[in-house]
Amino acid sequence: MAAASASRSSRGSGLNLALFYVFLIVFVLVSVAPLLWVFKMSIITKSELFASPPTILPRTPTAASYATIFGDPAFQKALINSTIIAGTTTIICLFFGSIAAYAIARLRFRFKSIVMTLILAISFFPPVAIIAPLFIQFRTFGIIDTYLAAIVPDVVFALPLTIWILVSFFKELPRDLEEAAKVDGATTIQAFRKVIVPLAAPGVFTTAILTFIFAWNEFLFANTFLFDADTQPVTVAIPNFATVYTVDYGAQAAAAVMVTMPLVILVLIFQRRIVSGLTAGAVKG
Amino acid sequence: MAEVTLEDVSKIYGEDVVAVRDMNLDIKDGEFIVFVGPSGCGKSTALRMIAGLEDISSGKVFIGDNVVNDLPPRDRDIAMVFQNYALYPHMNVRENMGFALKLKKMDKAEIERRVDEAARILSIERFLDRKPKALSGGQRQRVALGRAIVREPKAFLMDEPLSNLDAKLRVQMRTEIGKLHNRIGVTTIYVTHDQTEAMTMADRIVVLKDGVVQQVDTPQVMYENPKNVFVAGFIGSPAMNFMRARLEKENGGYAATFGRTRIPLDRSAVGERGMDLGRYAGEEVVLGIRPEHIEDATLAEGAAIGSTNAPNTIEVEPQVIESMGSEKYLYFGIPQEQSVHLDSVAHMTGDSGVDGGGSADDFDEMLVARVSAESQARRGDRMLLALDASKIKLFDPETEQAIL
Repeated sequence: MAAASASRSSRGSGLNLALFYVFLIVFVLVSVAPLLWVFKMSIITKSELFASPPTILPRTPTAASYATIFGDPAFQKALINSTIIAGTTTIICLFFGSIAAYAIARLRFRFKSIVMTLILAISFFPPVAIIAPLFIQFRTFGIIDTYLAAIVPDVVFALPLTIWILVSFFKELPRDLEEAAKVDGATTIQAFRKVIVPLAAPGVFTTAILTFIFAWNEFLFANTFLFDADTQPVTVAIPNFATVYTVDYGAQAAAAVMVTMPLVILVLIFQRRIVSGLTAGAVKG
Repeated sequence: MAEVTLEDVSKIYGEDVVAVRDMNLDIKDGEFIVFVGPSGCGKSTALRMIAGLEDISSGKVFIGDNVVNDLPPRDRDIAMVFQNYALYPHMNVRENMGFALKLKKMDKAEIERRVDEAARILSIERFLDRKPKALSGGQRQRVALGRAIVREPKAFLMDEPLSNLDAKLRVQMRTEIGKLHNRIGVTTIYVTHDQTEAMTMADRIVVLKDGVVQQVDTPQVMYENPKNVFVAGFIGSPAMNFMRARLEKENGGYAATFGRTRIPLDRSAVGERGMDLGRYAGEEVVLGIRPEHIEDATLAEGAAIGSTNAPNTIEVEPQVIESMGSEKYLYFGIPQEQSVHLDSVAHMTGDSGVDGGGSADDFDEMLVARVSAESQARRGDRMLLALDASKIKLFDPETEQAIL
């Protein structure tokens, strides 16, 4: 989209166009380079890893690191833990988020913008600042080392995002449709279920992906509240590919790639939908 | 099919924002009623209260013999057509039309039969399997109508259903809705801001302004005998002209005078209202005359009228002449002391209709005459216009109510 508008505005000016592409290429390189480097690290041998000077292209590609991590039951367990934590967070966020967002988008009540700001304010808190009090509370509740210790703070920080995106989605849906459904004989619940939900599905889906990515990538809370490998997600497990004497960088890189892959695939498949979801409300369709 | 009755119905938002005030109306079974008025007059709110989409602040709404105030829309057995069609985008035409019947858990075969029947009436059989987004505006509007028809409801409620269509299609759909109503004869309440739609479709028109019903009458009565300045100016296109005049007694009858013009009022029109008119003798009144009742004096019927010293003529200097082919519109100013500035007239600017309404905007202060195409009138040339004395309307300048 940026490319399209930039090329449109710079039509007729060769210099501008050239500058645009220079910046584009630099930007992409800067963003992508670390990821490519990690990928490279994951497919080379240990000796090549420590070669000096470092190789740019992998000399002898190998899947050894991948074999290592998939052979490691701890990594498999961590993947499952991540899925459980991110999945549960997403489901909880969507359930409460869609109900709250629907109410905010549809009902008339006072101080609506204040409510919206308060919701957003929650995500203003730097997680680091609340980590100590949370730890004490969680210990009191006895949920340290359980999935809940990661899910609860994840939900707290993801829910504002979920609500904000969904509100803009629900606002886009014409009110007439619900009214038409009600006149057609539907109850409020039926109108919501048979008309609103199917129409909002793309929006809900986008929100789900974004929430899932957020929870999947979360590290700080999980690292602080989960000590037991039985509950740790992959983000926490990756640094553990180290022994007292050596760090298995190759395995860490392979694990990082494996963890990122599902997200990249999700986003690539649904990128059009995600962009339109984020900009819903900005432009009249 | 049923009667719809409104008894002292009001809608008040918050503390004191009145959208509809004490509305009373008896809609007969099978009648086609049009609510018309400028934007913000409460016509849509009134309709939505009947539909159940808006709470009723006070008063009662009856559909048939039942008070429906507290019934949700689904229990009122009414069908509604919305301005933007409100078709369910994720269902095809057939599902859209059958949605209400499906909710009623009606037999599949019966749903099929009714949808096919409605599709045939509206000639949309070809589109039954399409999604709404694959249809044109006119086709979508037909589907919206179809969704209403299949219900076989007690009443149809239509909220500006044609205003999203282009001018030509609007005229065509207007006729179709009329035909449809003749065919199925369901009580219909139709909301529009377009007086032309109201005039052409309605059995009776309800004119609203600021939430208050101004007049309820058949189109013809409304046109011939508007109850006040607002209705007079709102109904008819181009809008009625208003000017200041004085009412004077004249050998047993009355005459309205302004400038050098003296119009003897038609005795039969004055009739039994002569007594009331007496109160205004010697007083200032607002005179109203429709553009179509003003003619180029040289073409006006009757030799006496055509002569320069005939009493019912005015001398004007046309500023703009619009030739419509079949007739000509002359726009002309009148002296400051004769022009009228009424709130209710200013209110209507731009809402007076599709044709001519737009151009009339630019000539706020001007009057319009609709003269024969043969008129030789030229811009800037002084000329005489003859006013049809039998069509003159008089209004009280204070209350704005009609006195003749």
